[in-house]
Amino acid sequence: MSYAVWVPLLVPFLAAPTARRAAAYLSPRHAVVLLTTAALLPAATSSAALALLAVPGASYLPAVAALGELARPLSLGPPPVTVALALAAGGVLAWRAGLVAVAVRRDRADLRRARAAAGGTAGELAVLRQARPDAYALPGRPGRIVVTTGMLRALEPDERAALFAHERAHLRGRHHRVLVAVELAALCHPALRTLCEPVGYALERAADEAAAAAVGDRRLVARAIARAALAARAASASAPDRPRAALGMNAGPVPRRVAALLDTPLAVPSTTSRPAGRLVVAALVICLTVSGATAVDAVEDLHGHVEMAQGQNLTR
Amino acid sequence: MGHGSADRRSAGELEADVLAALWAAEGPLTPGRVQESLGGSLARTTVTTILGRLYGKGTVTRVRAGRGYAYTPTEDAPGLTARRMHSELAKDEDRRAVLARFVSQLDDEDERILRSLLDAEDGPDRPAGGAAG
Repeated sequence: MSYAVWVPLLVPFLAAPTARRAAAYLSPRHAVVLLTTAALLPAATSSAALALLAVPGASYLPAVAALGELARPLSLGPPPVTVALALAAGGVLAWRAGLVAVAVRRDRADLRRARAAAGGTAGELAVLRQARPDAYALPGRPGRIVVTTGMLRALEPDERAALFAHERAHLRGRHHRVLVAVELAALCHPALRTLCEPVGYALERAADEAAAAAVGDRRLVARAIARAALAARAASASAPDRPRAALGMNAGPVPRRVAALLDTPLAVPSTTSRPAGRLVVAALVICLTVSGATAVDAVEDLHGHVEMAQGQNLTR
Repeated sequence: MGHGSADRRSAGELEADVLAALWAAEGPLTPGRVQESLGGSLARTTVTTILGRLYGKGTVTRVRAGRGYAYTPTEDAPGLTARRMHSELAKDEDRRAVLARFVSQLDDEDERILRSLLDAEDGPDRPAGGAAG
């Protein structure tokens, strides 16, 4: 069997960290595009690779052989190895498909609950009478901004306008689709899980910048975020501490967003330089190209074997 | 404050601002008080028009106050179910795939960094309170 089929399964281990590093050098909007691509493409190619690994073994089943009009099973190695590989790959593929199905159902249920929570509000704004400061964008047609009275009271009028502008940016950009897509991609390969948090952060940053443009004041948006977070913190009992060393940074997402808006050098990685950034992005592009190319190569390879097994190829 | 951007904003966005001001207030507000609480970024007539529209939709109720009305946001029966659903949602904070919250939770270190950022920001050019409109 061709080695090519293994490459898409290994590429995510390289592509995910590279994408995370590259995202730090890009504007929020570009970071979103890059991280999403770096999640979806390897998810697709690694799933395809698993399917390719399963096919030869499956061809020992008479039904599959009949379906492929095969005269004999695909012989790509010793039969026990081929069958064992097929069982393993097929098992993993089914397991992942199950995870994706569960996640899709859960997301739908969450959305339904959130829509019910927003009630029958006629306007864009759904206000919940609750002391705990909270606000989020509720996707739908039309999308809504859900906010508690606690949040409205914690902010000045101009800060409330900044909050609304931020949530409108989420709704207009259909950011929830990106989040869900990456979340589902992450279920397809364990290495892609590390992209969920960065893509969430990049989306928040993109909405922050859009809000800053809408209200015409970056400092105002920074202040709104900081005050909202501090008010929410004061109202909730306790927040679990994040494992900081693992993330390699000192501040959580909220301080980083505020610092980025204030142009305070807390959010910027210390080694920032344009050439280095280009290099990292280039490395990622190579990763993704190799992943895609080897997947295509593996498909062609398998196709060749199928034709041989069908007895069409007589030049053997 | 956000002058100038007010006239370019859509009717829906202005309604959100006015409604938010009513919800943030402790009691009913007259158009004048709403205008004041918004920092004077909207004309009085605009505020009155928006309040009239919200009243037409049933989003706010009003009571007589002097020669005009004072407005208060409505919360009907669905509002109660809504609150229950919301506390249920709030329980699983980590499930953020569909709902992107404005701010995620802070831990101690985050709070410290945030306060120092805010202090540095408030220090030089912003008087405490900051309602200069």
